[in-house]
Amino acid sequence: MKKALLSIGILLFLFLLTAGCKQKVSIPETTAGMQAVNGQPVFGDALIEGTIGEPSNLIPMLASDSASHSVAGQIFNGLVKYDTDLSITGDLAESWDVSKDGLIITFHLRKGVNWTDGVEFTADDVMFGYKTIIDEKTPSAYKEDYLQVKKAEVLDRYTFRVTYGKPFAPALTSWGSLVVLPRHLLEGKDITKDDFARNPVGLGPYKLAKWVSGQEVDLVSNKDYFKGRAYLDQYIYKVIPDAATMFLELKTGGIDMMGLTPIQYTKQTDTPFFKANFRKYRYPAFQYTHLAFNQKHPWFKDKRVRQAIAYGVDKNEIVDVVLFGLGTPATGPYVPNTWPYNPNVTKYGYNPEKAKELLKEAGWQDTDGDGVLDKDGKPFEFTILTNAGNALRKNTATIIQWRLRKIGIKVEIRTVEWSTFVNQFIDKKRFEAVLLGWSIGLDADQYDIWHSSKTKEKELNFINYSNSEVDALLEKGRRTFDIEERKKAYFRIQEILAEEVPYIFLYVPDATPIVHARIKGIKPTAIGISYNLPKWYVPKPLQRHALAP
Amino acid sequence: MVKYLAKRFIEMIPTLFGITLISFFIIHLAPGKPTDALSEMNPKMTPEARERLEKYYGLDKPIMVQYGLWLKRVVQLDFGESFSMDRRPVMQKIWDTKQPIAERRLFITFMLNLMAMIIILLIAIPIGISSATHQHTLYDKITTTTVFVGFAIPSFWLALLLMMLFGVYLDWLPISGLKSMNYDTLPFWGRMLDRARHLILPLFVIAFGGLAGNSRYMRSSMLEVIRQDYVTVARAKGLPEQQVIYRHAFRNALLPLITLIGLSVPGLIGGSVIFENIFGIAGMGQLFFNGVMARDYPLIMAILTIGAFLTLIGNLLADIGYMLVDPRIRAQ
Repeated sequence: MKKALLSIGILLFLFLLTAGCKQKVSIPETTAGMQAVNGQPVFGDALIEGTIGEPSNLIPMLASDSASHSVAGQIFNGLVKYDTDLSITGDLAESWDVSKDGLIITFHLRKGVNWTDGVEFTADDVMFGYKTIIDEKTPSAYKEDYLQVKKAEVLDRYTFRVTYGKPFAPALTSWGSLVVLPRHLLEGKDITKDDFARNPVGLGPYKLAKWVSGQEVDLVSNKDYFKGRAYLDQYIYKVIPDAATMFLELKTGGIDMMGLTPIQYTKQTDTPFFKANFRKYRYPAFQYTHLAFNQKHPWFKDKRVRQAIAYGVDKNEIVDVVLFGLGTPATGPYVPNTWPYNPNVTKYGYNPEKAKELLKEAGWQDTDGDGVLDKDGKPFEFTILTNAGNALRKNTATIIQWRLRKIGIKVEIRTVEWSTFVNQFIDKKRFEAVLLGWSIGLDADQYDIWHSSKTKEKELNFINYSNSEVDALLEKGRRTFDIEERKKAYFRIQEILAEEVPYIFLYVPDATPIVHARIKGIKPTAIGISYNLPKWYVPKPLQRHALAP
Repeated sequence: MVKYLAKRFIEMIPTLFGITLISFFIIHLAPGKPTDALSEMNPKMTPEARERLEKYYGLDKPIMVQYGLWLKRVVQLDFGESFSMDRRPVMQKIWDTKQPIAERRLFITFMLNLMAMIIILLIAIPIGISSATHQHTLYDKITTTTVFVGFAIPSFWLALLLMMLFGVYLDWLPISGLKSMNYDTLPFWGRMLDRARHLILPLFVIAFGGLAGNSRYMRSSMLEVIRQDYVTVARAKGLPEQQVIYRHAFRNALLPLITLIGLSVPGLIGGSVIFENIFGIAGMGQLFFNGVMARDYPLIMAILTIGAFLTLIGNLLADIGYMLVDPRIRAQ
């Protein structure tokens, strides 16, 4: 008894002791101060971003997780990059020429750009990167674009030329940061084994200072960055695997930036504290969520049935309820307000009467009066399959289930762990309908998702969609560089997809990052906020962290 | 004694072998492959590229061959390279020789669990004894309820509530990680204090959940012992109650608990997976969780093997402890 009390006493004492001596980073700013101070950009301070996953490999061509690409993106630059209006602009390449037939691209590189170890960046580095990515031994998931190259040559120190067998529209954008590697450090080495992946030398706005596995990745600004030193001295990624913990860290000032969930965006950060100390941003993410039908399934072969289901689902309701309004109903596989997006396609507003009519035409009627439609004695019941652990998808499926019940279709929902989901159901094509999302690349080419030749196991047209006109248009779209020609092709594809409803395009969610209010210079655009991160700054009086000498 | 220990040690080898064999097959039975994370739903990935990757990882060979190759390396204490994109040796991930010992994952998990175990015993044993000696009193009822509440509360939920209370509202304690951003600039005692502050919440959460089992076992075994004749004799000859309980009854009541401690190792390692993720602690449990999600076979196998080994060692230590406190066993 006494001992019990003693140990509890010790514990309590410990609590009080530690609570008493908390050492806290002083936070100088007041609310009013944060709003008023603006002025000229100055150097200093640090940005701490929370990340659920730890980067795995900082060589871009070997990494396939977003955490790695996010960090590597601050360390490496590409020859070209996307501008804020989604056009392509030069980065390490000052300019480029595309031959008339679209087969030859010649890049003219910037002069005087140095790797952080002081060696100059040249065309040999690009050549080295290209040779590495097409190498048999390099386990890169991004090879395919580069295997299209027929010939690559270094014309002189600052000129690099590639020749393609066929015109290939995504060719230009593939020369981003995936293929720029320092030859002088890596030549003759096995990049999969070399320490470089955890200790890279780059030429971007930041360089790696420290990486503590499972805890944090510290970047410091590259003072010789060719576009000018970044204002924020440090950019720190803090690994916090649990999303709820991360939000609490945001609240206590442990991190400055994270992506919010819809409920965090609309409700949990709608407080005076957050309004005073943080800025929220919102823009359409490059992804969409859809309900895909197995085109081989006898019921879903009938276009009218797919259209009926599209009429039976209220997309606005899903956006309002599931995303708390933080998204846009989708009408096709592109993000609204981007150049390939066609706003004038058939839209399926919520219309249960029309849905019932179409189903009746297709032979579905409730003959036995049990409230479920039937045909040839079989009730209209199907399963929507989705991956476990994604609450947004599960909620969406539940709403669809409820809506479809109203037009006489019984839906079951089944969630399966991701790896199992892909291997056992998607690849084997054992599903009736799946609720999934696609991330859309910034290029408009979607050949792999819609072309009828891409239906083998492990390929991405897993619903077996096949339309010869779409096939031809997809081919046309990737074989010309003329943006107007491409636009025509992709507009027509969207019309066909809207008419045929192989997917019900549900919504494009918004990305909703939150950043501490002391950080200025953030300008949201179509491609998000982090494109100009080197230009972000903290006015002197509001700076919190100083770089340890 | 030595002979017995040697025998026990040799017996461990086939057991460990069996555990690895079963683990190896079970994790390979789970659908999905390590190449999934690299290639799934990636429009730029062709089936040929997948095959190249699978060959690269040696996944094209029959599973028996894969196990054979794995075993051959493990016998030489080489757990191979991780299948994740960084391709680091698995041992390097678990026990990174480039980091100070206190930063190595195995050490972090081991020390946390050891500390938690000590705290659990320091609290559970006195609670068990006092509940037994005060059976059916209000004190007994309160402690019983408290430890069962601790047992019943999901640890992740309790962790979040405590983080909100002590981290956000009261702002007394840090929420995640094991040290602060400014750790390197602190003086020695500042560093110790910083560590201690970070440890309070995780240790409390692990310990609170582990109290119930240990204290209840202690209580029931104590109740059994104090009804024995020799305790009655001790009382009859007029020994003070303190001496009766702590000198005569306690030692005998401790015996079942020793076995229990030996068996609790797998539970603790399993618990690490959960709380290390919630508290953002870079230990072995967090590594294991990521490994399972990515189907990183060499990493999973290495952690399972280390876990199995620690469990067997735990059992062995329990048996040795048993021998030390119980002369009857020693005689056998």
